[in-house]
Amino acid sequence: MRRIKVKNPERCIGCMGCVFACARTRYGVISTDQSAIKVKTQGGIETEFAIIACRACRDPACVHACPTGALMLKDGNVRFDEKKCTGCRKCGEACLVGAITFNEDNNMPIICVHCGNCARYCPHDVLELEKIEVA
Amino acid sequence: MDVLYIDLDREEFKIKDRHDLFDRYIGGCGVGINLLQENCPGGVDPLSPGNPIIFAIGPLTSAFPTCTKVAAMFKSPLTGELGESYAGGRLGPSIRFAGYGAIVIKGGAENPVYLSIHDDEVFFNDARSIWGISSSYTVGKILRRLEPAPGRRSIIRIGPAGENLVRYANVNVDTFRHFGRLGLGAVFGCKNLKAIAISGSKDIIIPDRKEYKEAYQELYDVIVNTDSLKKYHDYGTTINVNPLNNIKGLPTKNLKESCFEYAENISGEHFAENFLSRHKACTGCPVGCIHIATLQIPFSEGFEFETRIMPYDYELIYALGSLLGVPMAENVMHLIEKVDHLGLDAMTTGTVLSWATEAYEEHLISKQDTMGLAFSWGDSRTYLKAIDNIVKQPNEFYRALAKGEVYASEKYGGEDFALALGGLGIAGYHTGKANIVGHIGAPRHGHLDNAGYSLDQKALKKPMTPEEMVDRLLEEDYWRCFVNSLVICLFARGVYTEERVKKAMESLGIETERSFMEIGEEIFKLKYKFKTQEGFNLQDFNVPRRFFETESSSGMLDEEEITHMLGLYRKRVDALIED
Repeated sequence: MRRIKVKNPERCIGCMGCVFACARTRYGVISTDQSAIKVKTQGGIETEFAIIACRACRDPACVHACPTGALMLKDGNVRFDEKKCTGCRKCGEACLVGAITFNEDNNMPIICVHCGNCARYCPHDVLELEKIEVA
Repeated sequence: MDVLYIDLDREEFKIKDRHDLFDRYIGGCGVGINLLQENCPGGVDPLSPGNPIIFAIGPLTSAFPTCTKVAAMFKSPLTGELGESYAGGRLGPSIRFAGYGAIVIKGGAENPVYLSIHDDEVFFNDARSIWGISSSYTVGKILRRLEPAPGRRSIIRIGPAGENLVRYANVNVDTFRHFGRLGLGAVFGCKNLKAIAISGSKDIIIPDRKEYKEAYQELYDVIVNTDSLKKYHDYGTTINVNPLNNIKGLPTKNLKESCFEYAENISGEHFAENFLSRHKACTGCPVGCIHIATLQIPFSEGFEFETRIMPYDYELIYALGSLLGVPMAENVMHLIEKVDHLGLDAMTTGTVLSWATEAYEEHLISKQDTMGLAFSWGDSRTYLKAIDNIVKQPNEFYRALAKGEVYASEKYGGEDFALALGGLGIAGYHTGKANIVGHIGAPRHGHLDNAGYSLDQKALKKPMTPEEMVDRLLEEDYWRCFVNSLVICLFARGVYTEERVKKAMESLGIETERSFMEIGEEIFKLKYKFKTQEGFNLQDFNVPRRFFETESSSGMLDEEEITHMLGLYRKRVDALIED
């Protein structure tokens, strides 16, 4: 499995390079919303940034919360089947990290596929794509 | 692109498609100067609600790395003619994702207000409870609790300097960036406009992913994977303190000198090694040039500290450091913090205080005028008190200082050593004639219009005739008018070549038939038309004696030669306007 690791959150400069990279590669848009990874301020830009990313849980609460089987665990990563999704947003409620946000136009969750594009466009060594052997 | 028109008189707004302007003038200062011309009544008092505020972004904003800036256009309360200033932070993307290419703010509110702009809605909020707060930082802290969209919004606000109409008050953008020059903060103040919070959720759909990716990647690679912008990230602009000092280009003690014996103490290297605590970035810029210093001040014997943080750059360190003869980085930092919280332009504050110090030395002003303050070089404690007085304006003298060094020197004397060129206090360069002619001629009289300081340094290596210099200044003026219509960060100006810009624009489906230089020249012309209409005349400006008394990087300067160059510049401008 692959996993985006927030390796050095303290090094984030808030450029949003990861956010823009996710939006343009996954969804073909320039956006700070349509991204599986989020960078937020927490008490203003004076303080450290909060980087909110899917943790690639071993036993994902989002998958358990999904009533229709739209979210499944495959090779250690959560996969999303758009056709089965009813837009109930239960997955988002289940993820306490806040890693699942929604496309406000169609109500579909934005699920991280751990492709590593965000890490590729991080200029400050904050993110890393890990490859983990699934036992 | 759409333009959002906000009327503070009636608390109304409307949205209009103005692709006519964006098609022809791209965005930024190009669209901005047109909107200013349309909305600013000729001869309007710049400190009256009739003076409009224009913010404009460009077609590349948020779409390409370092395209992060916003142009602000207004009539300057400091110079009485063109006001033009730029800031980064998060404002550009916030305007873009709210769905606008520009915002026009007209009229004035009866009582203090702050605006919330979220997508298609504009709220006029009562700001009486935050008017008069002593720090622009605190205002940010309060508003971020009240406003939605943390992380993808922008909060811009004025401090007490803007409220009190100090003519070089700035507008703070997301705490660490500023619309610094020419007094936009006072225009906010006269409109009773305390702050604006803005966010949006409108995505830009990429028309051709492959083409866009190619254009993006090429720019990204040059910016991140080459050394082209490394210096801006590492030490930042302060890396210039030592080299400028070494070539006698660092204005010191009101330019009585051009090198500073304590330059090392306030150098970029010293700041980086002792106080630099973080880098931050504008949204969409991988460079991260925002340098944050942390200063710990002990306040008890029990190892208790006040921890102060502030952004720093070259121009602040020059204006509040060498120009005032302040020899210690810590003391410069106290001054930076002071102007930042009060909401003043650091550069003009520096040129005002340096004039005042010399005027005090020359007995043009007395202790009665200064209310007991004995200005002297390097005395940062006195300067801290004086800055408070500039904002509070308790007497005639400080009211004069709040109007700038040009006004103060006309009133008290010392015009020969008031360091303004074209009506605006100078940036931190005494490099030679191109810098001086460049400042006076440039549409906004700043060092970033045509970079005369850089031309002077090139001429040190390969001599240029005065004619050649004027040609190159104007060429740079035109080109930057175009670049500032995009609006990219000028640090990346070398990366955004004509070819790459074309590719980037085409990848978003934007075609331009005209050459970029031609567009830049037209924008320059429109700016000059506005300036002329508001009474600016290049012929009115003399170069203060001081610039000829102190050795520059290019040696002692020849007044005749500079007059000759200004004449050449003026001829070119006249021909352009008449055309």
